[in-house]
Amino acid sequence: MDMSAYPLELPADDRPMVRFMNVVKSYGRLVVLDQLNLDIAEGEMVTVIGPSGSGKTTVLRMLMTLETINGGVIYIDGKPLTHMERNGVLVPADERHIRKMRASIGMCFQHFNLFPHMTALQNCMEGPVQVLGLSKAEARARSEELLTLVGMIDKKDQHPSRLSGGQQQRVAIARALAMRPKVMLFDEVTSALDPEVIGEVTNVIRKLVAEHNLTMLMVTHQMGFARDISDRICFFYRGKIEEQGPPAALFGNPQKERTKQFLSAVKEAD
Amino acid sequence: MPIWEFLQTYWPLLLNGTLITCAQFLLASVIAIACALAAGLGKLSGNWLIRGAAVIYIEIFRGTSLLVQLYWIFFVLPLFGLTLPSFIAGFLSVGLNVGSYGAEIVRGAIQSVPKGQWEAGYAISMSPAKRMRRIILPQALALMLPPWGNLLIELLKGTALVSLISVADLMFQAKQINASTFLSAQAFGTALVVYYILARFLITPFMRWLERSMARRLGRA
Repeated sequence: MDMSAYPLELPADDRPMVRFMNVVKSYGRLVVLDQLNLDIAEGEMVTVIGPSGSGKTTVLRMLMTLETINGGVIYIDGKPLTHMERNGVLVPADERHIRKMRASIGMCFQHFNLFPHMTALQNCMEGPVQVLGLSKAEARARSEELLTLVGMIDKKDQHPSRLSGGQQQRVAIARALAMRPKVMLFDEVTSALDPEVIGEVTNVIRKLVAEHNLTMLMVTHQMGFARDISDRICFFYRGKIEEQGPPAALFGNPQKERTKQFLSAVKEAD
Repeated sequence: MPIWEFLQTYWPLLLNGTLITCAQFLLASVIAIACALAAGLGKLSGNWLIRGAAVIYIEIFRGTSLLVQLYWIFFVLPLFGLTLPSFIAGFLSVGLNVGSYGAEIVRGAIQSVPKGQWEAGYAISMSPAKRMRRIILPQALALMLPPWGNLLIELLKGTALVSLISVADLMFQAKQINASTFLSAQAFGTALVVYYILARFLITPFMRWLERSMARRLGRA
C-alpha cells in the first residue's frame, strides 16, 4: 500500500486509542505478522491469546517500539507512532519522535526487569525524575501512592533481589504506571511466577481494570483470568487474528476450528 | 651482607622507589580506567568515527609491546616536537597500554547486562545516553570489577618498565644498588617482595572491598 493512503492523523470521529493498520512484521523471509488490523478503544482491555509462535508477544513489542515494523502504520491516540510527517506524507519515525510517542505507553515484562541496583521506590521514581523531569518530592509522592495501590508500600526500601517474583512484578507494574501511560502492555506477566503468587499479580491488574480508565493490551496463558477481566479476546494464529470477540462468545462458542482446537488443548493442560 | 643489615643501609632509597612506584601506579590507573571506559563505550557507539577511533586505539596499544610504546613516547615523540618528562611518559605509556586491555573488559561487561534491563530502560522512555549512565553502567561496573583486579596487578608490575627511561621507581633503585654493591640477591629480592606486598595486601583487598560494596548496592550482600 502506498504511504499516501495512510492519514497523517486519524479523524476525531474515528480515533481509537490504538490502531494497527496493515502492520507487517517479518524476520528475513519469515512473516510473523501479516497485515494486522486491530483497534483498541480508550479504556478497553484486550487480551491476546494463541499458540506459541503465533506472534502475540510481537504485537506488544511492536507497540512498545521494541521491534520495528516492516509495513503499515501504528497510531496511538490518533497520531502515528511508528511514522512521522514529512512534506505531507508519513515517513519512518526517527529516534526522537519515537521517544516522545512511546512515553504514552507502559510495559510490564515476563521477567519483571526491575533495576537491581535500585530499591522498589527508586525503581518507580527513576522514570518520573529522569525522563519526565519531576522533582524528587513529586516523584516520591506519586511512586508511594502507586506502591500502595499494588500493596508494596511496606517493601519500598527493599532491593529487587530481596523480593519474591510476585512482589517484583507488582513493583514493575507500579514503575510502569508512574510514567502515567495512556496504554499499558502486559507481556505474560504471570508466566515466570510460582502458582501461589500469580493471584497477587492478577488481583492488581483486576483492580486497575475496575478502578482506572486505562487502555490495556495483555498477552497471557491464564485463560480464566483473561475471561474474567477482558472486554475482548483476540485469538492469534500464524500471524493473523483468527477470531476475536467478547470473552463469553469466544470461550463459550468459538466459531473457528483452530480456536476450538486451541481452547480444548489449553483446557486439557489445566 | 645479611638482609637485615642491607635493609638498614638502603631503606631510604628503597622507600623512595616504592613511593614513586605507587605514584606511577595510581596515575597510570587513572589513565587506564579513563581510556578503557572511553574506548569500551566508543567501540559500542553507533557513530563509525567514534567506533573507528576506539578500534585504532585498542589495536595499537594492545597489539604492540609496552616497552616499545614507552620508548616511543619518551624517545620518538620529542622528534615530533613533543617532549615529556620521563615521569609523565612513564605512567602515560603504562596507562594507555593497560587501558586498551581494559576497553575490552568494559565492552564485554556492558554487553553482559541482560537484554531485559536495556528494554526496561527503553520502556520508560530513557534516552540512550541516560540509560547507559543510570541503568547499564552501574550494573556493568559490578561485572567488570573482578577482571579489573587482575588487570591492575598487571599494571603495577608493568610500571617496573619505567625504570628503563630513568624514572626512579623501586626497580630503578634496586638496579642502582645492585650496580654499586653487587648485592643482587638482596636488591632484587627486596624489590620482588615489595611488589608482591603491594599487589597482595593493597590492590587485592581494595578490589575485594569494592566488589563487596558494589554487591551491597545491588542488594545482594
